[in-house]
Amino acid sequence: MGEGTYVIVVGAGKVGWNLARELLDKGNEVTLLENDRDRFATVEQELEHNVQYGDASELWVLERAGISRADMVIAVTGDDEDNVLICQVAKEKYLCERTIARVNNPRNKQWFELLGVKPVVSATDLILRLIEHEVPEYGLVHLLDLPEQRLEIIEMLLPDDSKAAGVRVGDLEMPDGSLLISVLREGRGFVPGPETVLEPGDEILAVLDPTVEEDLTAYFGPDGASSDGG
Amino acid sequence: MFILIVGIGRVGSSVARTMLQEGHTVSCLDEDPESHARLEIGLDKPWEDLGGRYTVGTGLEIEALTEAGIERADAFVAATDGDNTNLVIAQIAKRRFEVPIVIARILDPYRAEWYESQGVHTICPTRVAIDMLNSEVREAAGKAGEG
Repeated sequence: MGEGTYVIVVGAGKVGWNLARELLDKGNEVTLLENDRDRFATVEQELEHNVQYGDASELWVLERAGISRADMVIAVTGDDEDNVLICQVAKEKYLCERTIARVNNPRNKQWFELLGVKPVVSATDLILRLIEHEVPEYGLVHLLDLPEQRLEIIEMLLPDDSKAAGVRVGDLEMPDGSLLISVLREGRGFVPGPETVLEPGDEILAVLDPTVEEDLTAYFGPDGASSDGG
Repeated sequence: MFILIVGIGRVGSSVARTMLQEGHTVSCLDEDPESHARLEIGLDKPWEDLGGRYTVGTGLEIEALTEAGIERADAFVAATDGDNTNLVIAQIAKRRFEVPIVIARILDPYRAEWYESQGVHTICPTRVAIDMLNSEVREAAGKAGEG
């Protein structure tokens, strides 16, 4: 992003308007599209020729905004159907390689994937992720998800009665398809060796196949919980 | 044939009645429960008594689509009042549920044309109206020219 990048932003709500302003400040060329007359008039007072009035679902509106030379299309309206189709058309009809779509209802995320629209941004998911991170008691935090590659990295806090507490890393019997990659203890992270003994309160980082996630959390979880790992 | 129709407005309800009367199994899905009354216009018995099915929900909800029987549908008609909704749910029916026949009603002629070229079968009432008006006006102009 920067000099010479042309970005079309669809939807001049709070997200779209602020995004357009920031992108302009960073030196990008930006066209913001808005299909509500009143909203358009308000935003135009600040962004002037950088905002255009029209329904971006209509092909001619996208064409008038110069979609054929756009480096990126960002659809952030409050309507998921609009966002997914605008990105689909941008990608498949106008061959714009980079799109970003906002998902308003997380349940619709699967339809964005189905229509080949990615990446997507969901405020609900982002906030949930933050809650997980801020409240470690919540169990496990996903640090990285690569569903297509069947890989994820998780962080997990060992409870006081964890079955793995007091166990040497060399003696751990983690589920197949999972690997312990580091331990965070008293604010310091390190890569454990076979002699490292896990303690309650340790936060462990593991890389794993998503299908064994439940086995893994059971293995490191409180004693007495059901576990396939032993 | 099992036909699932989403969007029971003037168009959807009329197609539903006709298909039912022609002997097909018809399942209707609409988010507005009031649309059920529209289905029964001109019928002498309740819709369900005639063998019709009716579900309240939207075409974006898997539960509603499943309840409406999408998994055994031979044909899917997207006839809501929104082009964008129709284009999304038609693609869901095609890609996710692999319904053999999928038809979407699209008012915007340009997008109807493009999606048709992408394999989504579209019916565009606006295009039909444009063609009819063109030919009527052309005919009238021809007569005026003669006179």
